[in-house]
Amino acid sequence: MSEDRQNKDFLNVALPKGRLGETVYQRFAAAGFECPALLENSRKLIFENASVGVRYFWVKPSDVAIYVARGAADIGVAGKDILLEYRPEVYELLDLGVGKCRMAVAAPVGYHEDPARTLRVATKFSRIARDYYAGMGRDIDIIHLNGSIEIAPILGLSDVIVDIVETGTTLRENNLEVRETIVQISARLIANKSGYKFKREKILKLMDGLGGKSE
Amino acid sequence: MELDLEVLDETERIGFLLRSLYQQHGFSRYRMSKFEEYDLYSRNKDFLLSDGVITFTDTNGRLMALKPDVTLSIVKNGRDCPSGVQKVYYHENVYRSSDAEEGFREETQVGVECMGQVDGPTVSEVLNLAAESLQMLSGEYVLEISQLDLLGALVDSVAIDETMRMSVLRCAEQKNLHGIREICREAGLPEGAEKGLINLLECCGTPKRVMLEIRKIAEEYGCEEAARQLGQCMAGFIGSEAEKHLWIDFSSTGDLKYYNGIALKGFLKGIPVPVLSGGQYDALLKRMHRKDRAIGFAVFLHRLERLTREGGEV
Repeated sequence: MSEDRQNKDFLNVALPKGRLGETVYQRFAAAGFECPALLENSRKLIFENASVGVRYFWVKPSDVAIYVARGAADIGVAGKDILLEYRPEVYELLDLGVGKCRMAVAAPVGYHEDPARTLRVATKFSRIARDYYAGMGRDIDIIHLNGSIEIAPILGLSDVIVDIVETGTTLRENNLEVRETIVQISARLIANKSGYKFKREKILKLMDGLGGKSE
Repeated sequence: MELDLEVLDETERIGFLLRSLYQQHGFSRYRMSKFEEYDLYSRNKDFLLSDGVITFTDTNGRLMALKPDVTLSIVKNGRDCPSGVQKVYYHENVYRSSDAEEGFREETQVGVECMGQVDGPTVSEVLNLAAESLQMLSGEYVLEISQLDLLGALVDSVAIDETMRMSVLRCAEQKNLHGIREICREAGLPEGAEKGLINLLECCGTPKRVMLEIRKIAEEYGCEEAARQLGQCMAGFIGSEAEKHLWIDFSSTGDLKYYNGIALKGFLKGIPVPVLSGGQYDALLKRMHRKDRAIGFAVFLHRLERLTREGGEV
């Protein structure tokens, strides 16, 4: 078998850069998919351990689902927020129970909503916000921002925001409060639909090791 | 002067090979030489693979659509076949948009459709043809099969309204079993109400391995006929080369407004998306006031660009 063909049989794993990725890697390693080079202090982004047939790569958290959906990675770890917002064509195999937070509507303390007016909503998560308010039959104006969402209501750009809330400290410091929780968020194990068919044994072994029930 | 086959690119060559295969199996060619009115697609928009449709005004002022799909046109222009089965294949360019940022693309697909008195042997013939098509593309393929009447019944056993039904089906499609449990818990269903559905989605494997369990679940939910149909289709493959490529997986779903019975998807090693998709769509014909039953599948040639000859049979 050619080297290229052998490489294709590696289980390719896209991990989100940062603390969450490192936490998840420790669980993958404990499940039998260790790759010690991954934790060495280096600028490399791709690491492999041929003895267990696994290759990891660090990618931007919001890009993990793209790598998996496009088949560059067989599996990956992505936040539920990304899966709800971009709806990638992937399998969502396990809730890993880490990286927990929530998607919420927040508004300035003391804000009173006028139901007769279109609600201006600033968010990075346009689809989640649109779906949430459509379910309530509420007319809204989405203002898509890429960061510093919290300042939008303060500057009068929006009435409320829809954003991820972990501890609520940033909201409090900007005189905002959570009004409603839309959905609980945590990290999910996702898989490419085709990759899953051809590397199923390894993926099921990993799932078993992570404590998820396999088929 | 003879035609030099070297002038064809890989996907063109595959397209002609598939056409030849379907012709050998008695299918005649359907040519979509004219456009359909936009109304045909807007009334059946959930059937389309595309999020959008390119429209234009025809010379007589009618609003037309630039081919987002071929099957709807075949159904609309066909006549009921009270005895026997009409078997056609097509090789057409379609214009689709699956991502708002990427815009519309021209895609080529080859497909087969059987309409009329579609019975067990016809369904088996189409499944065999799907397996042969995949084998022609690559020796490393998986033909994934599910039974939508059974899946639909199990989804209905937990869904209390249409919104919940859609959410549960979406989770089934994603193998998101924890999501199904969460939806049922939030809907206030008694603990374990989703057990049958979860068990069915966990019945994933070769027919030999999972058919017994599927029959048990089907019996419990009064869906013996659906399990019998699936079992009969699978029995036709016993001892064949294709048998080891078959995979039963109920995460292969479709829009239950249009699809019923057997659903199928084909995957090739190294290609991240399904290259073949289809199934029975009696419900679509009923919506279009036809009495026939139907089954078909399409091979998406544009998705084969990454297919190399290495390891393949092409």
